[in-house]
Amino acid sequence: MARSSLTTPEPDTATAAGRLPAANLPEVYRRLGAAEIRDALRKMRLIRRFEESAEEAYVRGLIHGTMHLSIGQEASAVGVCSALSPTDYMTSTHRGHGHCLGKGADVGRMFAEFFGREDGYCRGRGGSMHIADPSTGNLGANGIVGGGLPIAVGAALAAKRLGNGRIVVCFFGDGANNEGAFHESLNMASVWKLPVVFVCENNKYGMSTSVARSTSVKNIADRAVAYSMPGVTVDGNRFADVADATHAAVERARRGEGPSLIECLTYRIRGHSKSDRNRYRTKEEIESWQKRDPIQLFEAELLEFGLMDTPEMVAIQTSVEEEITAAIEFAKASPAPSPADLTRYVYTTERGSHGHHGA
Amino acid sequence: MDTMVRELSYSQAIQEAMAIAMERDPRVFLMGEDIGVYGGAFQVTGDLVHRFGEDRVMDMPISELAGAGVAVGAALAGMRPVFEFQFSDFATLGMEQIVNQAAKLRFMLGGAVSVPLVMRFPAGSGTGAAAQHSQSLEAWLAHVPGLKVVQPSTPHDAKGLLLAAIEDPDPVMIFEHKLLYKTKGPVPEGWYTVPLDRAEIRREGRDLTVVATSIMVIKALEAAATLAQEGIELEVVDLRSLRPIDTETLIASVSRTHRLMCVYEGVKTLGIGSEVSAAIAESEAFDLLDAPIVRLGGAECPLPYNPELEKAAVPQVADIVETARRLVQGRI
Repeated sequence: MARSSLTTPEPDTATAAGRLPAANLPEVYRRLGAAEIRDALRKMRLIRRFEESAEEAYVRGLIHGTMHLSIGQEASAVGVCSALSPTDYMTSTHRGHGHCLGKGADVGRMFAEFFGREDGYCRGRGGSMHIADPSTGNLGANGIVGGGLPIAVGAALAAKRLGNGRIVVCFFGDGANNEGAFHESLNMASVWKLPVVFVCENNKYGMSTSVARSTSVKNIADRAVAYSMPGVTVDGNRFADVADATHAAVERARRGEGPSLIECLTYRIRGHSKSDRNRYRTKEEIESWQKRDPIQLFEAELLEFGLMDTPEMVAIQTSVEEEITAAIEFAKASPAPSPADLTRYVYTTERGSHGHHGA
Repeated sequence: MDTMVRELSYSQAIQEAMAIAMERDPRVFLMGEDIGVYGGAFQVTGDLVHRFGEDRVMDMPISELAGAGVAVGAALAGMRPVFEFQFSDFATLGMEQIVNQAAKLRFMLGGAVSVPLVMRFPAGSGTGAAAQHSQSLEAWLAHVPGLKVVQPSTPHDAKGLLLAAIEDPDPVMIFEHKLLYKTKGPVPEGWYTVPLDRAEIRREGRDLTVVATSIMVIKALEAAATLAQEGIELEVVDLRSLRPIDTETLIASVSRTHRLMCVYEGVKTLGIGSEVSAAIAESEAFDLLDAPIVRLGGAECPLPYNPELEKAAVPQVADIVETARRLVQGRI
């Protein structure tokens, strides 16, 4: 059953002011230690600066093709990942840089992939839409809208059969909730009570088409009712709200009670991709969401509850800048793949690669 | 290899392979529509659910797209799924996961993962099931790098190719012909494999190489027996593997016979025979050809219901006899 539904947050009224510290302390702050909270803020900063730096690198011609930036969605990526253990699985989307970093990807190897180099996560073969890191349970971003949903269910089936205690988080966007793969996957996960947490990052637009114009239900989380699983809509720009909802869903999955659906209401500040001219939304709408910046909201809350002070936050920013700079240098220095290796990695046993350069 | 002569049907051979694989490896499981107590639409899984239980012989909802993707995800996360599409035609519903995901994940991720997945596709016409339950779509999948595609024509190969596929680290697509399920042949006991990348010469002959796939191998052998009475000797090559194609065996055969005919049930245009023809035309065997290369393939229409129309839509023994005779006699 859908437990609650939150309408799109009103940008100007949602501030941290007026809270009663101890009584209203979100559960996540009791659950996570100081180091984990610091790590969460650092990851959000890292994602923001990663995306901004990727954009700069694109403008300077270091990045081939296009990319899909998640600026404005950092609380959702990090809030979800904060509830996972390192061995838990994750599937991601075309807008997945934040998810990868949230799950623990190395920034240097991320940039190396964007630059198409051998040290990239995909040795330069996948690019920005296919970052994966099996060593951190990251089964991969996906260029197909809804492509990761069935794969997540399959990984959950394997985890259940193998009894390894892992759960799977499956990120997708509001656009994917109208794909057949979404409906088939939620149904199957529910019928088989599989340990999956479906996380819909509702950033209001599938490319240019709004949720209102594309989706028959008011809240995407309402669709959970059809698949007999809990569905909850949360403020996706608030770290604590995302983390607490995910924690509850992860606990349910670990108890063997089956899947959940979490809808994170958020907003992508940049366009869909580099071709976007923002003709489908207003400057005012973008600005209203910029006032609800997830990093600022998180920092304000940490200050309010006395969980971190300003010098610590400044120190995080400094260390993030250092990490980004070093990562870009690492990526630039990485070798490009050789055309002689064009058909490598098509097959595990290269003998069957059937290519001009295989065998 | 155990060479004991024991006859099994093609479907029994497949079932035995699945049972042996599940006994040997706890990661192997079967997934599909109505493969449990129903036994599969063609009774290929039969009673396996009673031996291995519902967790390993899993009925799934009628959701081919997610089902195919679940198999991909399970393979990524340590299992060895063997997925049955109830009819090969339904592969169209799972194509996204087969083509965009299973085939490409290893390459896209720079070799970081393998997708050890087997998919079985009951294919072909001759059952009166009309246009949406009779297709031969193997060439579609053979077009996709990252997949391996095989078509067994005998019970022996049906078992050996399936066991090889289950052991293989990459996604293997097996196209079984529905009319072959009841055909019988010698099948060794126990575990053995047949290579996923080798054609097999089924009959040697000096006059014409006939490269055939699946049930067309059986038809070509019948045609060869007929023509042998006229003194025309066909060499029948069972292509068996569509990706990769064993060009070595094909070139060697055509270099001996100096003539090539391809026989396949899939639609003729852009079918597997087109690729085989091109492989020979591009090879050193081209200069040795004494006649044009000829393709006999499926008609350029959806499969019809009426039995006479249905037969007319795919190559028959008489078509192979007639075309081969004209080719050898220099009338083409």
